[in-house]
Amino acid sequence: MKSSHALAEGPGPAEQEVNYLNADYGIRSWLLTIDHKRIAILYLVVITVMFSVGGMFAAALRIELLTPRGDLVQADTYNKLFTMHGVVMIFFFLIPSIPAVLGNFLVPLMIGARDLAFPRINLLSWYIYMLGAVFGTYAIIAGGVDTGWTFYTPYSTSASQTQVISTVFAAFIVGFSSILTGLNFIVTTHKMRAPGLTWFRLPLFVWAIYATSLIQMLATPVLAITLVLLLLERGLHIGIFDPALGGDPVLFQHLFWFYSHPAVYIMILPGMGVVSEMVTCFSRKQIFGYHFICFSSLGIAIIGFLVWGHHLFVSGQSVYAGILFSLLSYLVAIPSAIKVFNWTATLYKGRISWQTPMIYVLGFIGLFTIGGLTGLFLAAIGLDVHLTDTYFVIAHFHYIMVGGAIMAYLGGLHFWWPKITGRLYPEFWAKIAAAIVFIGFNLTFFPQFLLGYMGMPRRYHVYAPEFQVLNVMSTAGASILGVGYLLPIVYLIWSMRYGPKASANPWNATGLEWQTPSPPPTHNFDRVPVVSQEAYDYEAMGRALGRSH
Amino acid sequence: MEKLLFFVPDQASSVASSVDLFFFFMVAVSGFFSVLIALLILFFAIHYREGGPAAEKLRAQREEIEDPIAHGHGRGAMVLEIVWTVIPFGLAMVMFLWGTRLFFTLSRPPADAMQIYAVGKQWMWKFQHPEGVREINALHVPIGQNVRLTMSSEDVIHSFFVPAFRVKQDVVPGRFTQTWFRATRTGTFHLFCAEYCGTQHSGMIGTVTVLEPDDYEAWLAGGGTVAPGQTLAQMGERLFNERACNTCHLPSGEGRGPSLVGLLGSTVKLEGGGTAVADETYVRESILNPAAKIVAGFQPLMPTFQGQLSEEQIVELLAYMRSLGPKQGGATAAALGSEGRKP
Repeated sequence: MKSSHALAEGPGPAEQEVNYLNADYGIRSWLLTIDHKRIAILYLVVITVMFSVGGMFAAALRIELLTPRGDLVQADTYNKLFTMHGVVMIFFFLIPSIPAVLGNFLVPLMIGARDLAFPRINLLSWYIYMLGAVFGTYAIIAGGVDTGWTFYTPYSTSASQTQVISTVFAAFIVGFSSILTGLNFIVTTHKMRAPGLTWFRLPLFVWAIYATSLIQMLATPVLAITLVLLLLERGLHIGIFDPALGGDPVLFQHLFWFYSHPAVYIMILPGMGVVSEMVTCFSRKQIFGYHFICFSSLGIAIIGFLVWGHHLFVSGQSVYAGILFSLLSYLVAIPSAIKVFNWTATLYKGRISWQTPMIYVLGFIGLFTIGGLTGLFLAAIGLDVHLTDTYFVIAHFHYIMVGGAIMAYLGGLHFWWPKITGRLYPEFWAKIAAAIVFIGFNLTFFPQFLLGYMGMPRRYHVYAPEFQVLNVMSTAGASILGVGYLLPIVYLIWSMRYGPKASANPWNATGLEWQTPSPPPTHNFDRVPVVSQEAYDYEAMGRALGRSH
Repeated sequence: MEKLLFFVPDQASSVASSVDLFFFFMVAVSGFFSVLIALLILFFAIHYREGGPAAEKLRAQREEIEDPIAHGHGRGAMVLEIVWTVIPFGLAMVMFLWGTRLFFTLSRPPADAMQIYAVGKQWMWKFQHPEGVREINALHVPIGQNVRLTMSSEDVIHSFFVPAFRVKQDVVPGRFTQTWFRATRTGTFHLFCAEYCGTQHSGMIGTVTVLEPDDYEAWLAGGGTVAPGQTLAQMGERLFNERACNTCHLPSGEGRGPSLVGLLGSTVKLEGGGTAVADETYVRESILNPAAKIVAGFQPLMPTFQGQLSEEQIVELLAYMRSLGPKQGGATAAALGSEGRKP
């Protein structure tokens, strides 16, 4: 917040047009803002803090795993570290990351609206998130929690001696932030599109956020109920999940994954939307298969609700239920495959510029492909028996969450950074950072596929000596990856004061958000834009630019 | 047998090589597509780079002619969309069927399997052989023999995982789960708990030792870890009498409780309609929470044994009931001495 403030004061006030950043000053103007763009900045600040905290937990885990013995931290500490790494990264970083930062900033701009449908609810969402963060921080300071981010019963309700209640309560609260954000996007997309902006002229990012919002609205309440039941059992000993109290522990897994598998799509769908925007812009070509990409988003959102049981193949669930969940898990893979092929085809006969966001796109497609294909290994019920609960699963979902979602988030942050701040980031350093992230990521997580097949179980503080070499490689990769994440934090903050000023449309991109100044004025558009063409008509734009040269 | 590749664990069970074969099929298919996508995006991104000859040539052409396929329009593009939907779908169905077939093998213990009981608790594994031998954090099995493991937990969820056997099954409190394997190589292999279970989760490990049949018999005769002097079923029978179960559960069926002869695996009629399969989990529930399911024609008289029997004692009772055998055998016909190897 401080830095944005500095940005507003940086250039001479005389030449500066009024925009959302310099329209008002002071801490109150930020904490009581109902401007979607400022709320996006509020989210950006707190999720960056959360990402750093979660990253430090990961760093401690990786250092501990350098040796097979438990020599850096105690077993209990290790268990708390991986639990809090998961809780912070999933509930406080990945789920809000693209929707709450880029979605908040861009959805109204992309559809030609002045704000979201419910600006005050939007601010309320941020405060609910912050309340959840307060409980989460309390849980960490009060000693941490050791159940794993999955809170499996009866360990979480009857055995763990740690801060289960405050952590679960934090996740419960932050869920409402997610629900309200989803509600806001859905209503906004239905009711506030500019004249002429039909559903099939919408940017694919908006489609992706819309599909994500549907999941947030429909799945998150189930998580809330599940967590309340967990609290009732732990706090009041009402038997729901613990068999010693007459409950069923596997019921918890069904309820938990009914939310948490769709939550995987809450994390990756917005990233797919970001990639769709960028791949077409930097290929200077209309995206290949617009309709296939937007329907595949909806397909993923719907089928994604029916695959939760693939987390329970060895839990004692019925064999026939397992087979059905395996089949449905294969079906949900098809829309993702369709997207990958359409992005690849978009490059064909394009005019590709290797700018930083495009490097993230290329990295995303490669890593997401590996993440998705290894998901097919785990969906195969007979193979999952060997692979589940090993490092193979860890590697698989980090390829999706880190190789996919975070690569897309970083790419999107660079792509829209000129729009958000009015400044250009340093291209050289950004390219270096993107390359470091790509290399560090692969070195960190690829060895974990091999560790998993070798049979190293996840959540192991102490491990058998034959697993050490691959663990050392993974830790070495993680230290490279850490540098790759630190660099953007440094140069992006630097660019807010010292970066060259950005024009309204530095990438010559289509899309309404580029037709208003950078940074945009508080009310977004001076005149309500009217849309008369399909999205991503880069050829027409290219011809127009060619003539004007 | 030499190791195939460093990351492939020992193939020490009857299913290991079929799991590995399927794994390498998956690696081949996904490797092919990963490399294909990577090469395509790199080729396109370099060949059509801005300012490069191909991109400039296209730019000049584009002033005059439109290329429908390049833009994702028209019949050609639709054919492409169908092709790259149908091919992945077909491959996915092959993977699904292959994986499911493998799972049927993994999840169905053969009828002739010998029965070993396992109990997980924070943070150790306890095994009980039918001959009465007990082990902790170690399991000895004979090579070439189908072994069925029936498992329960005293506290939280654990998971029995032997990478060399490609076998994993959660061990859940409040019910019995089962898995099976047939060891094909002698040696000692890792046993891991794969489901996070608290502080010493990574210390809840042990070994599975596969012995030649003669060595196994010798090991059993040596008493393993704890010498019992009695078979598991005999211990169960003693417990059955000590706890006065025998006063109501008469073999004739004329007692206050139903006869337990041939009960395991049969289907029972319940009071108020409906039926239940009397598997291990049913018996366990009937001991710990007798009022949950009342057999038709009987009164809910039985007291609960919740908190009064350990998991091991329940296992002993189960072994005794198993020894009571199928119905036609009669109450005392099941020879206690030889029951050990029966399913």
